[in-house]
Amino acid sequence: MLRYLGKRFLLILPTIFVPLILVFLLLRLSPGDPAGMMLGDQATAEQIAALRNQLGLDQPIWVQFLFWIRGIVTLDLGNSIFFREPVMQIIPRYAGVTILLAVVALALAVLIGVTLGLISAMNRNKPIDRGVVTAAVLGISLPEFWFALLLIFVFAVTLRWFPVAGYNPPTAGLIAFGATIFLPALALGVRQSALMTRMMRSSMLDVLNEPYITTARAQGLPESTVIGRYAMRTAAMPVITVAGLSAGYLLGGAVTIEIIFALPGLGRMLVEAVGRRDYPLVEGGVLAISLVLAVLNLVIDLIYAILDPRIRYQ
Amino acid sequence: MTAHITPLPAETVSPGAARKTVLEVENLSLAFRNADGLLPIVTDVSFAIAEGEAVALVGESGCGKSITASAIMGIAPDNAEIAGNITLNGTVISALPPKDRRRLCGRHMGFIFQEPMTALHPTLSIGRQMTDTLRHNLGLSHKDATDRAAELLDRVGIPRARDILRGYVHELSGGMRQRVMIALAISCGPSLIIADEPTTALDVTIQAQVLDLLEDMRRELNLAMLFITHDLEVVGDFCEKAVVMYAGDVVERGFSADIVRSPAHPYARGLIDAVPAHDDGRTRLTPILGTVPPVGQWPEGCRFAPRCGRADAQCRTRPSLERHGVTDARCWHPLEDRP
Ligand SMILES: Nc1ncnc2c1ncn2[C@@H]1O[C@H](COP(=O)(O)OP(=O)(O)O)[C@@H](O)[C@H]1O
Ligand SMILES: [Mg+2]
Repeated sequence: MLRYLGKRFLLILPTIFVPLILVFLLLRLSPGDPAGMMLGDQATAEQIAALRNQLGLDQPIWVQFLFWIRGIVTLDLGNSIFFREPVMQIIPRYAGVTILLAVVALALAVLIGVTLGLISAMNRNKPIDRGVVTAAVLGISLPEFWFALLLIFVFAVTLRWFPVAGYNPPTAGLIAFGATIFLPALALGVRQSALMTRMMRSSMLDVLNEPYITTARAQGLPESTVIGRYAMRTAAMPVITVAGLSAGYLLGGAVTIEIIFALPGLGRMLVEAVGRRDYPLVEGGVLAISLVLAVLNLVIDLIYAILDPRIRYQ
Repeated sequence: MTAHITPLPAETVSPGAARKTVLEVENLSLAFRNADGLLPIVTDVSFAIAEGEAVALVGESGCGKSITASAIMGIAPDNAEIAGNITLNGTVISALPPKDRRRLCGRHMGFIFQEPMTALHPTLSIGRQMTDTLRHNLGLSHKDATDRAAELLDRVGIPRARDILRGYVHELSGGMRQRVMIALAISCGPSLIIADEPTTALDVTIQAQVLDLLEDMRRELNLAMLFITHDLEVVGDFCEKAVVMYAGDVVERGFSADIVRSPAHPYARGLIDAVPAHDDGRTRLTPILGTVPPVGQWPEGCRFAPRCGRADAQCRTRPSLERHGVTDARCWHPLEDRP
């Protein structure tokens, strides 16, 4: 089990470093100079050169790269050029919102997907099944910003059940937090829940044809146990795979959603930091997102290993 | 077309003792409801099994043996339309609602599947599967269920029972898997065991061991056993009686010794000739030509006629199951008794 997790961990390292290197290069190869931007139109060439020197931007790119690697290893990501504050202090403020948004979105997606998929499979080819399948196709094909605006229009503007935008941290109370996170998380998770619905439906239909389900019935176990324990146990595996794969997608989608709902998250922070050519902050943000992704994937692997004993012995 | 089927009363054919009839199947038929209406799969199947008795259900694959078994267990697919009477220990169970039928499973009837690798849950431990059944059917506590599961594994010849309980099906060999399956099937003290080709998926060397185990269990627990097989060779050694099925029909029924020695139905003869041991010294095996007609394409009258050397115009009407010599056969031109 530990060996398995260790192996998974090693496999995950590249998923952290490859995006970081890409971002490092992209930032420096794209036009726009942070020093010039910070000082404004009025700055003289000498002032800009002095600031570039101070920020280390006049060094050759490979020297900058080595500095940057050293920063990551020593957990010193430098100061934000814009906020003039250590990146390590800024990131956690924003990362919490994004992680919560993604986790709630994933939880909603799994809940909706598993429930609808199960209902659909148990009522195969009945009207309710057709309804769910159609809804799932819509959920997969509609862009999430469209769905976000629809949710805002219906539940915030028309029905006034939720605020239109803004954010309350969990420390403000579960209800206050829930009110601001529910619509964004739903908008973010809708495509995943549609995917999971289809996944759950088809894997449940497959599993119901498995001989071990017939065995469970032939042993006299009630249908609730046959479905809830014997079938779900295996039918849920593909859904967990989708959940794992969707973690990256959800973190990416969080950017759009954070902007629409004015949530102070990592995605919005990143977009703003890129606009300001705030290299250290962008790099720190990408590092944070990669780390979150890596941890999420490890958690999924762990769940996998718990649910499927065959994996532990690979 | 005269006639109707006389179900084989257990008492008259087992002269030795007044053994109690455990299972009685009368005129069982099953059809699948689909878009074009009803598709018959099994028609007019009748036989009985007494306690401690093994009855073979024999036929090529696709003849409807497994479907017959699932109808008896009450685990046929939802779109199955079932008619006829099934009586278990004196109670007519075919009329019971599904919930009550399910309650008989495990407690009164156990099922052993062909392929234990897929018939046991891949990600639930062996122990969990056994204790789930024991706790639900017998109301045992977790500890008692675990103890009983270990005893059962011990009884079917599995060493280190406690370790195996913690393990999973993929860790076991084929023979061990089938032993676990047998332990599971007998775990709640059923009076009837249905074994659907329990050795087909196993290595030849293991087959004999599993057959021995089944026979031991049958004797020790006085089980009625329906033994499904396409291999006539094991029938004579293992089962007192045999029911030969062809294309959803019972074509011959009687003591297995009689059927193996002098079958009345040409199909049964063909099955026997295809087995090396019964080849009477001839060098070449004689397989039955052709294949079982698929469901929905059964010929009128005798369903075996297109493959039968003895068929004539009369075979276009359906024969009934009648006594010919020592066995019952569904045939207009049964073979003569050959000593
Ligand atoms: N769910 C089903 N729907 C329609 N036909 C089926 C279904 N299950 C089995 N059959 C058909 O019923 C016939 C008998 O099957 P089965 O009882 O499994 O045969 P056997 O066990 O004798 O090999 C086969 O021709 C098979 O194609
Ligand atoms: Mg079969």
